[in-house]
Amino acid sequence: MNSAYLELIRIRFLMMLAYRVNYYSGIVIYTINIGAYYFLWEAIFGDQKVLAGFTLAQMTTYVAVSWMARAFYFNNLDREIANEIRDGSVAVQFIRPYNYLFVKLMQGFGEGLFRLLLFMGPGLALVCLIFPVKLPTDLGTWGIYLVMLLFSFLINTQINMLVGLFAFFVENNEGMLRMKRVVVDLFSGVIVPVSFFPGWLAVTMKWLPFQAITYLPSSVFTGRTAGDDVLRVFGIQLIWFLVLIIPIALIWRMARTRLFVQGG
Amino acid sequence: MFYWSLAMEYMKNYAKTKLTYRADFWVELLSDLLFQGVNLIFILIVFQHTPALGGWSEAEVVFVYGYFMVPAGIFGAFFNIWNFSDRYIVKGEFDRVLTRPAYNLYQVLLENLDPPSLFGSLVGLVIMVLSWGDLGLAFSVVDILMMVIFTIGSIMIYAGLFTALTAISFYSDAPTGILPLMYNISNYGRYPVNIYNKIIRFTLTWLLPFAFVGVIPASYFLDKDHAGLSKLAILTPVMGIVVGAIGLGIWNLGVKKYRGAGS
Repeated sequence: MNSAYLELIRIRFLMMLAYRVNYYSGIVIYTINIGAYYFLWEAIFGDQKVLAGFTLAQMTTYVAVSWMARAFYFNNLDREIANEIRDGSVAVQFIRPYNYLFVKLMQGFGEGLFRLLLFMGPGLALVCLIFPVKLPTDLGTWGIYLVMLLFSFLINTQINMLVGLFAFFVENNEGMLRMKRVVVDLFSGVIVPVSFFPGWLAVTMKWLPFQAITYLPSSVFTGRTAGDDVLRVFGIQLIWFLVLIIPIALIWRMARTRLFVQGG
Repeated sequence: MFYWSLAMEYMKNYAKTKLTYRADFWVELLSDLLFQGVNLIFILIVFQHTPALGGWSEAEVVFVYGYFMVPAGIFGAFFNIWNFSDRYIVKGEFDRVLTRPAYNLYQVLLENLDPPSLFGSLVGLVIMVLSWGDLGLAFSVVDILMMVIFTIGSIMIYAGLFTALTAISFYSDAPTGILPLMYNISNYGRYPVNIYNKIIRFTLTWLLPFAFVGVIPASYFLDKDHAGLSKLAILTPVMGIVVGAIGLGIWNLGVKKYRGAGS
């Protein structure tokens, strides 16, 4: 049984590998984005040494690692699930002897593995050459960061699944998918670190899962979060991962009884 | 006249398809705006921590962004052929277009209209008017005229650049990924160009003139002359004509080379 899931990871990885040329331009695009924000932040800091707890050096590292982490955890599982529901091919998945959501998770993981090795890895190396990014020197920081990165991927995938599964309930959830993408980019801290948000918004964000995707791991990476705080922050990620299982399981149970295929 | 009636028919057709998924239309419109809004939110959040960005005040940066939204929205409504290579070259739909009597690019553009994008222009105008008041700028009728001329110039720059890049698919049907690349570079033009280093600044002004779709024409309306940008503003329509003509030229060359793919 488990070997079937491993096979799914392998196949998706190979599939991505076949189209790897698409991702070379991806590296350049992400570098361009990082560059834009690098110059912006440089101008924003101006003569100021510290803004919202960030020094300019930390901010540069934060921007670089956050975008490159996005290169890893990003996937289109939401769209894939929504499409399979709309065109009805999900019905075939129901009769197969495996769990559909696990299959999607494994495919996402295969894609993530590809993105980690051929997108995030070389991307980060390239960015380090161009911009003054300071990588952590402590091996422990790297270790905990990699674990947190895995949870970034898991939580982002869970949110993708939730939004994708909504296609069971509405005829066309394209708008919702797009909205989700914007919300995740904005609130996860890729574009602006959560500590820059005005008071009320920052407090709201503390109670939402998005910060666990980018802000928390990147804070550990830049060394802003250290010591016992690292464990606390990792705990937040772990809790969100567990909590998000509940709505997915509920929706999945509800959804199976009301599949509505359009023109299938 | 013929071209106008064509446009009307395509518009009607668009409205009919959208009416099937009515609720979705609004969600799409909202998410489009949100997409644009992210950068605005970025500006607003950032200015809570700093008084100026490279010498530009918050109201000025917001004003520039408002200006940027106007041409970008109109451009987005009429130029929505990001999947041109897939749909028209690989699947061969361009054959169908070429057998018809109207100009090919015109047909392709009309088949892919995206009117909700115009709403972004409206929001941009509102932002401009609001920050106009904030900045206490004087107002004259000439400003409206200049705004129209600049907007047309900016749209032509966008249209020329992206038409030229889309025409690459006539030469190579493999995905090049250059369109999203360029789209991301265009983001640089929304912010004051004097915060970038010399090379990027030169590129954005003269090579890939995205600064003319944003900061340069917008600075014409501002009182303060930042880094000599408002002197360049008057060149916006000239750049528009040059870039637009180059884009159209490359497109027409490409069409001549088109052979049709597959069956």
